[in-house]
Amino acid sequence: MIVEIGHYALVLALALALAGGTLPFWGALRGDVRLMAVASTTAVAQFLLVALSFAVLTYAYVVSDFSVQNVVENSHSLKPLLYKVSGVWGNHEGSMLLWVLILVLFGALVAMFSENLPLKLKALVLSVQSWISAAFLLFVLIASNPFLRLDPAPLQGRDLNPLLQDVGLAIHPPLLYLGYVGCSISFAFAIAALIDGRIDAAWARWVRPWTLTAWCFLTLGIAMGSYWAYYELGWGGWWFWDPVENASFMPWLAATALLHSAIVMEKREALKIWTILLAILTFSLSLLGTFLVRSGVLTSVHAFATDPTRGIFILCILCVFIGGAFSLFAARAGSLGQGGLFAPISREGALVLNNLLLTAACATVFVGTLYPLALEALTGEKISVGAPFFDMTFGPMMVPLLIAVPFGPFLAWKRGDIVAAGQRLLFAFGAAMTVVVIGLALMGTPSALALFGIALAVWLMVGALSEIGFRTKLGRVSLAESWRRGAGLPRSAWGTTVAHFGIGVTVLGIIASTAWNSETILTLKPGETVTVGSRVLTMDGFVPISGGTYTGTSVRFTVREGGNVVATMEPEKRLYSVQNMPTTEAAIKTFGFSQLYVSLGDISADGSTVVRVYWKTLVALIWLGALVMTAGGVLSLSDRRLRVGAPKPARRSVPLPAE
Amino acid sequence: MTRKQRRLTLISLAGVVLASAVGLVLFALSDGITFFTSPSDVLAKPPAPDQRVRLGGLVEQGSIVKEADGVVRFAVTDGRATVPARYVGILPDLFREGQGVVAEGKVDANGLFVADTVLAKHDETYMPKEVVEALKKSGEWRPEEGSGPAPQAVQR
Repeated sequence: MIVEIGHYALVLALALALAGGTLPFWGALRGDVRLMAVASTTAVAQFLLVALSFAVLTYAYVVSDFSVQNVVENSHSLKPLLYKVSGVWGNHEGSMLLWVLILVLFGALVAMFSENLPLKLKALVLSVQSWISAAFLLFVLIASNPFLRLDPAPLQGRDLNPLLQDVGLAIHPPLLYLGYVGCSISFAFAIAALIDGRIDAAWARWVRPWTLTAWCFLTLGIAMGSYWAYYELGWGGWWFWDPVENASFMPWLAATALLHSAIVMEKREALKIWTILLAILTFSLSLLGTFLVRSGVLTSVHAFATDPTRGIFILCILCVFIGGAFSLFAARAGSLGQGGLFAPISREGALVLNNLLLTAACATVFVGTLYPLALEALTGEKISVGAPFFDMTFGPMMVPLLIAVPFGPFLAWKRGDIVAAGQRLLFAFGAAMTVVVIGLALMGTPSALALFGIALAVWLMVGALSEIGFRTKLGRVSLAESWRRGAGLPRSAWGTTVAHFGIGVTVLGIIASTAWNSETILTLKPGETVTVGSRVLTMDGFVPISGGTYTGTSVRFTVREGGNVVATMEPEKRLYSVQNMPTTEAAIKTFGFSQLYVSLGDISADGSTVVRVYWKTLVALIWLGALVMTAGGVLSLSDRRLRVGAPKPARRSVPLPAE
Repeated sequence: MTRKQRRLTLISLAGVVLASAVGLVLFALSDGITFFTSPSDVLAKPPAPDQRVRLGGLVEQGSIVKEADGVVRFAVTDGRATVPARYVGILPDLFREGQGVVAEGKVDANGLFVADTVLAKHDETYMPKEVVEALKKSGEWRPEEGSGPAPQAVQR
């Protein structure tokens, strides 16, 4: 009975989504205030209904209701509670329900927290949002219904794929979906602006917080997924250029570009058409990602089940929304009008460069991801595009962008002075060069390429701080005065600095962990040791382990440095009995920002074990940098300017003064 | 600068970025991709010694030999041809005899496949798509093994 309530709530939500897609839209075209007001109510009601439905499915998992097919296929009564709950979205049907839940959540948030939005724009935005949720609700109900019953009900479930039985599953998909689906809001705003035929600085001010929110979640979600793959798969790699990873990375690149172009739009009313295009593009790439991951076109741990009808269904949704959006764009973009003028060397120019390089880099990832699929469909020839392709294309596109990043904030709007910006960055340049010189003296020319990368990271970090240093007159006035000036700077300025600093941190982690890692593979018996740098690992012996639905063995290692015990590590080999699937759990110890990583191979009958030991220099900085970037986004989000009501459209033709 | 000149500067900047992106992609597509081959293909037309390929098939029964310090020798077969392979490292948990495998690496002068990456399945019921195709081509494809639970899973 409870399960049927969840199913019914979904059907009701679909009906409301259809009503919410048509009535306010009609009202907006006819100028009928009462019809437009329907939008908020339906948006909130859709959220409540889908949330109820999601709660019901979660309940079925928690109580292990094996009359529900979805629970049988993906759960087990002995599974720990955390994995019962996260198992709700650890399968195709449940994850699509989570997708829809987050979609309607964003709709409801727009309905509740956009009181200063003009009624017509709000009605249009929410009706576009309703159309998207209607399409996906239809998909869930027709092609991937999680509420199907089984009769007779089996006594036990088939358990969840062991690779997914991890805290990572509880965190990674919700974060990633909040990012993916959050892009739908900027899409809806773009479509609404095209239908309305009007766009101004206020529009950008409304869109930016939503884009920034989605971007923060997407950043966290990608970083979390990368760390999960790093510790769970046992290969010590953190990014594989797997099509599924690329599917989440492309919207991130586009959203990053959108964030920056929306600034130009907000401050100078320039790049209108481009910003609209980017908003459409970002959500299109999110939809494409959903299609790639959910359709079974790609075989990976993310593609839970392959069912061709689902792929075709999502492809249809994709074509309708992307095709529709681009047709509308082609028809209406010309009417949006020209923006403010600017010289090529200016803040606007720098942001244009940022956008060009980010979208070009995004395009290379797009080609690398889809070319094998296209080639196979057209010629039947099978190729795989892996890391070498992306190293050759994505890498060279990023280098000029990263070199340019510190210049941006130093250039004035309209017309900038590149020489003055260069002078203010002399300290950062000096710091980067010092690193190269010291590094070359210590390590010699073989590390030159890595040192260039490290110098780039230092340039980014010091360059980001230089801006705050300049604006607070650090060193030229008293410290107290600098502090007072720093506290007076808008939070968005701090946000920029922190986010740009975060890129530097991530780049440092990537370069250092790639250039200075060591990998040792050897066979060890209890009592034997292996030396990694200054640390000595001793294999102490075996410990039997068991938990939930698995049994296994862990191997205990003691790590000593100069004779003192500094850590113990226990990598595991597990066997999940229900699916008869072995897994390896690596053990990781962090020293500073570097990590020691131990993973097990086969354990022979005589106790000798193949052991893989990695030393990864500064590897933790990769994910720490992503956290710092997100913190920058959150800081910028908390800026007063974005919270307090945006100026009314009456002010829109007043040009904003250049800074 | 006039509006026209400014726009021209922007357009040429965009042109330069786009052209270099296209150039990089074309260069990388000729150099940075790996072709998929089956054991029959390797025997019929061995790839050049410096060309990376992906070899897909089944791990031949009784072929896995584990040597000291993580060196593993095995053979990849598609039923008609068999290629010996060597790999150093820890194999995926689901790497087993009689199961589908995709190995990435180069073929050396003696016809030995030196793998630097070995991919197996993520779970018991999944067979790499390339392997299915290779087996279909050689007539060794038995759907009941690939689409249903794999033999090991049945033995529990």
